[in-house]
Order: sequence, then structure tokens, then C-alpha cells
Amino acid sequence: MSSVRVLVGTKKGAFILTSDGKREKWDVSGPHFAGWEIYHAKGSPVDPNRIYCSQSSGWFGQIIQRSNDGGKTWEQPGTPAGEPTTAPDGSPKAESNKFVYDGVAGTHQWYDGTAHPWEFKRVWHLEPSLSDPDTVYAGVEDAAIFRSTDGGKNWSELSGLRKHGSGPKWQPGAGGMCLHTILLDPSDPRRIFIAISAAGAFRTDDGGETWKPINRGLSSQYIPDPNAEVGHCVHRIALHRSRPKTLFMQKHWDVMRSDDAGENWREVSGNLPSDFGFPIDVHAHEPETVYVVPIKSDSEHYPPEGKLRVYRSRTGGNEWEPLTRGLPQSDCYVNVLRDAMCVDTLDECGIYFGTTGGQVYASTNGGDTWGPIVRDLPSVMSVEVQTLR
Amino acid sequence: MTIRVLLPQHLQSLAGAPREVRVDVPAAAGPPTQRTVLDALEARYPTLRGVVRDHATQRRRPLVRFFACQEDLSHDPPDAPLPEQVTSGAEPFVIIGAIAGG
Repeated sequence: MSSVRVLVGTKKGAFILTSDGKREKWDVSGPHFAGWEIYHAKGSPVDPNRIYCSQSSGWFGQIIQRSNDGGKTWEQPGTPAGEPTTAPDGSPKAESNKFVYDGVAGTHQWYDGTAHPWEFKRVWHLEPSLSDPDTVYAGVEDAAIFRSTDGGKNWSELSGLRKHGSGPKWQPGAGGMCLHTILLDPSDPRRIFIAISAAGAFRTDDGGETWKPINRGLSSQYIPDPNAEVGHCVHRIALHRSRPKTLFMQKHWDVMRSDDAGENWREVSGNLPSDFGFPIDVHAHEPETVYVVPIKSDSEHYPPEGKLRVYRSRTGGNEWEPLTRGLPQSDCYVNVLRDAMCVDTLDECGIYFGTTGGQVYASTNGGDTWGPIVRDLPSVMSVEVQTLR
Repeated sequence: MTIRVLLPQHLQSLAGAPREVRVDVPAAAGPPTQRTVLDALEARYPTLRGVVRDHATQRRRPLVRFFACQEDLSHDPPDAPLPEQVTSGAEPFVIIGAIAGG
């Protein structure tokens, strides 16, 4: 029988929620890595028991954790204790938390417009390969993409992104200059989409060697040239695996759509009560059905009118309907962060999202009705679901 | 030379180690210093590499502090000899997370 495993990253640890395919009763395990910030955890689509987890702390920095048994046990995939940390030739051995920029790190723009050196802070997002459980990509702050091909032991920067030319013009958003979205094209293993706050969206068509900005059509009033090639605060991008050239974007303001792999974007905010928000996702079986969670504004990170509403478009944007049944419709002032929404692939598509108030809500009918599957966790930073068959 | 090192709770969890660990600093390395003690600590517990000191710069992470003998040694040069009470084993070298936020 099918089952689902929901991986929840919070400000104070990771939690794993499991249920059978009915998704009515849930078991909660955790906190794993108690007291640490878990920006993201995600399982390999090839081997669901292989899970990667980004564990970080303002005090002690970045840790990469890996599980080979579906989250029951974890290890740091670097040099095991008791083994020498240097190779016979004296060079350092694998360090799973070693994210060192390729070559001279250079500078990007700081908040005040001055040049600021690139400094690694943390991993925001881990994206396991669609074909190899030992290959995984990491989106990091300060913005860059790294890849490991040995299960997270060693990380190498795909520096063509940071060095393609516009890097010195990138600048941080309020949450830092983070590479938070990595989308692997299921039809073309050499194509990857990424997004950076606040630089914009970028694409490689050669497996990460070279990259280019894909922001034509975005308009952002908070940068000197609203239509600039880079500088846009993209919050999230999503695609449906059957139509990988169609991308949906939640930007700082505006919900956008592209049908040519990001070459051109058009706004599809339509009748949303606010087109500010963070997450966006696509129904598992309906490529024109899209979900967003409108947030009041860039300074008021909570739902308009204190009503927590997911909005669904069945037309690929522009026409949106509020989904409210089972969600708090008064006095609700939580936020839903960019990595905190996901969908399962069961026949009745499940939609999941977590809030900064510590609830994880789920719908087992495409969004028609909702209910909390856990509540009162620490502030939720990320939610991923694995469909297990 | 054996140095006593006290680890904060999070680093105990990462290393699978007790609060107090003892690390051996080779006599050939000269008088024990922050650098040689941390080198020895990381050699014994590789999971602590990059956690106390930045991987790239080898500098103390900003919110990590080093105490010993009721003194804050955090801003001492990493190659300065540690106090005699630490090298004699009378006092531990304390690694601690700074007070910051809630």
C-alpha cells in the first residue's frame, strides 16, 4: 500500500511525519538535530531511503546530514571518526560541510551598494539528482550552487553561475543573498533552473558549466531599472514534470509564468488579493493547476485580513479561487516560507504547507479541504513530501 | 601534552563526545596554542571541522568563544601559548557558544 513521508525543517530541528495513503493518521518523529535550524531536507527520487538534510546554526555553521534508512538514523557523510583527516599526500580528506567557493570569491553588492566579499553562510536548499542517489545539488548563501557526486562527502561549486558576469551586481534580499530554488529538468539532464534572492532566475543548458539570466518580462519597482536583467527578488519557481518548459514563479511581488523555459515571463497574478508571497507549486497530475499563499505585503508577512487562504488556479494563472475550508479564517498572522509547500503524487494529489506558527496543513483532495497534520512545532522553514509505493 | 577541552552541548552531539574530552598535542608542536589544540580536537573528532573555525579562513567562528582560567581568550592570537594552568591540565580549555539572541 502507498504511504507518504513528510520532511519538515524548522527553526529548532527536523520532524518526520508519516502516514499511509489515506493520510488521515500521522506519526510524528523528532526533533532530529534538536536546537539546530533545518533549512531543508529532501529525499532522493531514485532511492527514497536516501535523505539529505541541511542543518545549520548561527554559532557553529553548516552541517550536512544524510540518512540511508528513511530518516531513522543519520550520519555526516565526511571522514568517519577515528580515520585520519588527511590523505597520504597530506591533502585534506572529504568534509561534508566544506563549501569553498571556486577560485577568488570576489564581491557582490552589499545593502548599501558597496562591494562585499562573497562569504559562505549556509545551505538553503538541497536538490537530489533525478537519476543518481549519490548526486545532490546545494543552493547556498552567499548565492552559489554546489554539487556533490559522492553522497555529500565532497562539494564542488558550479562556478559558471557566479562568474557568468552579473555576479558583482547581485545583492541580498532581507533574508540574505541566498540561492533557494533548484529545479532539475526531468526531460533534459543538462538543464537546471535556479533562483536567487535578490538576483533573479538563471538557467544552464550544459549541466552547470555556463549559465544565463532568464528574467525578461519581470518588472520590479524596488530596483533602479525595473526591467533590469538581474536584481529581481524571485521567491520561488515551480514546474510540472510533464511540461518542463512551463515555469511558474512567485516573485517578491507578482505571480509570473513562462512557457519557453524562462526566456520570457508574463504576469498571471489576476484576481489574487495580494500577489506578494513566497511558495508556489503545481498539482501533481494537472499541469495547469497552481497553488500560492498570498501574503499581505513585503513588510507585513501574514495573510491578508488575517485569513489563511491558499489560492488555486486551474487555468495556469490569472483566475484564482480561495481555498479556505479547514484553514483559520480569522486572527491568523503566520507566514508560509518559500520552501514550505509541496505536493505528493498519490492519485488524489496531496498538498502540504507549513507555517511560521508551527502548523503543517495538508489537503488530500487537491486543496478543497484542509486540516493540520501537526501543530505547535517550532517555526516551519521547509516541507517536502515523499510518496512511497 | 594532554589538554582538557570542554565542549558545548551541540558539539557534544555532533562529535558523539562527552562534555569534557582530552586531546594530545604533540610536544614537537611547541607550547600548546589555540591552533594546535583545535587541530588535535578536529583530528580526533572530524565532525567538528568547520564548526569551531571557518573551513576557508581557519578563523574562529564569530559566535564561538574560548575561555580558560576565568579569562576570555577568544581574541588572543591563535598561535599564542595557552595559560600554564591549561597546559598542566589543572584547568580546561572551554569552547562555548556566545550569548546571542533567544
